Amino acid sequence: MLALRHLAAAATLLIAQFAPGRDASEASGPVIARQSDVLTVATTGTIDSLNPFLAQRVLPTEIHRLVYDFLTNYDAADYHPVPALATSWSASADKLVWTFTIRPGMTWSDGVKVTAADVAWTYNLIMTNADAATANGSFVANFKSVSAPNDSTLVIRLARPQATMLALDIPVVPRHVWRSHAAKIAEFGNDTSFPVVGNGPFILTDYKQGQYVELSANENYWRGPPRFSRLYFRQYKDADAAVQALRKGEVDFVSRLTAAQFDALQHDRHVVRNRSAGKSFYTLQINPGASATSGQRFGDGNPALRDIRVRQAIRYAIDPQTLVDKTLGGYGQVGEGYLPPIFAADHWNPAPGQGYRYDPVKAEQLLDAAGYRRGPDGTRRTPGGQPFSLRLNGLTQRAADALNAPYVAAWLKAIGINVITSIVDEGRLADVEAVGNFDLMFDAWLTNPDPDYVLAIQTCAVRPVTPGAAFPGDAFVCDPVYDRLYAQQLVEYNPTVRSQVIQRMQQRMYADAYVNVLYYPNVLEAYRGDVIGSMLKQPQPNGMYSGQDGYWSWWSAAPVARPDEAASNPAIAVGVVAGAVFLVTFAVVAVRRRRTSAEDRE
Amino acid sequence: MRPPSGLGYLGRKVVSALVGLCGVALAGFFLFRILPGDPARTVTRGRPVDAQQLAQLRHRFGTDQPLVVQFGAYVTRTFRGDLGRSYQYSAPVSALIVSHLAATVYLVGTATLISACLGSWLGARAAWRRGSLGDRVHSSLALTLWSVPTFWLGLMLIVVLAVGVGSVPGLFPTGGMRLPGVTGFVPVALDMLHHLVLPCATMVAVGYAQYLLIVRSCVLEEMSADYVTTARAKGIPEATVRWRHVLPNALLPAATLILVNFGGVVSGAVVVESVFSWPGLGSLFYEALTVPDLPLLHGLFVFFAASVILLNLVADLLYPMLDPRVRRP
Repeated sequence: MLALRHLAAAATLLIAQFAPGRDASEASGPVIARQSDVLTVATTGTIDSLNPFLAQRVLPTEIHRLVYDFLTNYDAADYHPVPALATSWSASADKLVWTFTIRPGMTWSDGVKVTAADVAWTYNLIMTNADAATANGSFVANFKSVSAPNDSTLVIRLARPQATMLALDIPVVPRHVWRSHAAKIAEFGNDTSFPVVGNGPFILTDYKQGQYVELSANENYWRGPPRFSRLYFRQYKDADAAVQALRKGEVDFVSRLTAAQFDALQHDRHVVRNRSAGKSFYTLQINPGASATSGQRFGDGNPALRDIRVRQAIRYAIDPQTLVDKTLGGYGQVGEGYLPPIFAADHWNPAPGQGYRYDPVKAEQLLDAAGYRRGPDGTRRTPGGQPFSLRLNGLTQRAADALNAPYVAAWLKAIGINVITSIVDEGRLADVEAVGNFDLMFDAWLTNPDPDYVLAIQTCAVRPVTPGAAFPGDAFVCDPVYDRLYAQQLVEYNPTVRSQVIQRMQQRMYADAYVNVLYYPNVLEAYRGDVIGSMLKQPQPNGMYSGQDGYWSWWSAAPVARPDEAASNPAIAVGVVAGAVFLVTFAVVAVRRRRTSAEDRE
Repeated sequence: MRPPSGLGYLGRKVVSALVGLCGVALAGFFLFRILPGDPARTVTRGRPVDAQQLAQLRHRFGTDQPLVVQFGAYVTRTFRGDLGRSYQYSAPVSALIVSHLAATVYLVGTATLISACLGSWLGARAAWRRGSLGDRVHSSLALTLWSVPTFWLGLMLIVVLAVGVGSVPGLFPTGGMRLPGVTGFVPVALDMLHHLVLPCATMVAVGYAQYLLIVRSCVLEEMSADYVTTARAKGIPEATVRWRHVLPNALLPAATLILVNFGGVVSGAVVVESVFSWPGLGSLFYEALTVPDLPLLHGLFVFFAASVILLNLVADLLYPMLDPRVRRP
């Protein structure tokens, strides 16, 4: 009976611990009530490192944006560069010297003054230390020197003009804290000593690997403190579980929803859904014949694809609207220019009636004209008399590839081209791509407000140095005219003129039909309307909350006033009561059994 | 034939375990080299990196070296007890294993223990009442749960018991190992127990059948043995016959199974860890495979193998103690 009494006592303690009606602020136990000033964001992202010199993944770079101010930021309304750490800037007449004025009166979260020397030290470390260049080395590759002649002035000298100087997405760290880590920067995780000294709208105050990141409001932030006092990023490995957590109210925000998840949430009265144009584009790449920077050709890409009529025939044979409807559930936009329309300044569209449209008849005419005639079995023959067959590659990790492949294969089959589909693991696909052994390949890229990177990956210079070597480029496309335009936009400091050049680049790429943008997927996200009252979108008025270039959503998020915020979550109390009842019942049964056994023994 | 003498027996078992471990450590290097892909490209996917950054990463990883040189470095490092640094986490592999080990042992260890106890108890009861309604129901239920996809069962438990259905509120957390912001030993312990319930229940539900079936068949076999008839003939109460005579003998195969399964505890449960966002070794291994993060894969492989070998060694050493017949010639 003693054991039974102990169990009953334990159960009572458990119930008392979670009893409804206790004020969370007074509770000595777990904070059961959802505090109104805590914002919890579910994420399926992973954290490779919290060291801003090493972090490559999306989630830690988003966290660094909240913790460390960058030199400039992107406007919430339309992505144009706006002041952040720097209040103003100017370029010299020869375009090679940039001078930034650093915001006065800013302090790090430990009270030390933020100066231009912190920025110079951060940039110089990346320029001189190969390990520190891991994440952000490409931003400073063209820098000749960076100096801070005084606390408020930063001077950057360039080797060549660079139009992307207001898009330096480099977290600036406090020199007085990081100086001691510089020698072994590759071994420093920045995740053991909290709070982490920063100067962004939030301060990194805790991190449990694989579980959550805790950020606290920086009350001294120059733009004003965030409205939520704490922000959690809770890591989920399964997106469906994250959606269930939102429905229950364990988290307040979920992003990267599938169409099915987004539709399923429409009847939840506490959930507000948001659909925004996205920053990514989904393409069908056509292998132009792999080549190295020396011009040496390699790989076994089908030579028929070098004929522009064949590439255009493939483009006319495909119906992107069907892919948007079937694969994206309608949550997307048919692709045209290379850059997504959310970046309105740089986006390009063909004139009405001038672009590719679904037209299998025209596709057949183009193939006929190119000399690819149908054989007796309906399959077209190459000029050499072989059946015209193409390989289509995709990624298992990208669900859309497996869904789109049968449609594309059927459309090409209809115009007489055999397609062999292969959807494989990322590593295997990278190996196939590196040696140039593919014909058609699905691909997808995320675009930044400054499009330089996604434009650069289509230039001749990013091809591999030697055949088969890994390379940072996309698919071996090499067009000297495109390259000239790329070089022209990179030195053009007038945003309007630069955008015009970028649009001409897209026009050329579109006509060449090597990189065919099929669609731009929407961003689907949802949040608890009973927790979050308002937050800023980017761009406005119909943009996104998650994945912003900047910190606008989490910094601006305002809680909904909840009169019953002190009330505990009854679900947990019920759960614990149920558990306690089970324990007590189990104990009673066990004691009775022991008695019966004892009687048996006697 | 002489019975195995204490030290000689121990020595032989330990040496054979060490030889096995060395073999696994060496084989592990080549096993994961089969995986396709360039780790430097995978870890920088979607980032604006140039060729120089990629080359620097390959140099740091050592993947720009010939395979023989990489193997030499791996052997030297591993036998010094250094498992290297993870490509994707830029952290020591040993630290990553330690930080994920507790979560895995907490979940999988608890689930294995409960499965073993529940399965053995139900198996013994089913055998004692062979052919009864209870036997048929328990055996069928266990087999049904054994064949249910773990992923589906986990999600169903989340929908029904975590989120709630209709007016019934959700009783348990939807995932994770603990709530952010909870502090203090007792609150954290209670919170972690609360989070343990559903993933543990999922693992127990799909796992207890193996113990139930083994114990049931062993008890049935033992119950027809001569010594049981003798015991009954001597007038020993039925409960004593069952608990003191039948069960200890019937549990021997189950004990072996439990020990072997405990060896696999550290390798985690990838599916359950994924559904319930549990920060364990199983999901760490899965994430390492996608890169491929070779040092982490090597380290985990050696660690998993060492655990299985060690527990098998323990089973080998414990078995003679559990069963006196093994000690006899």
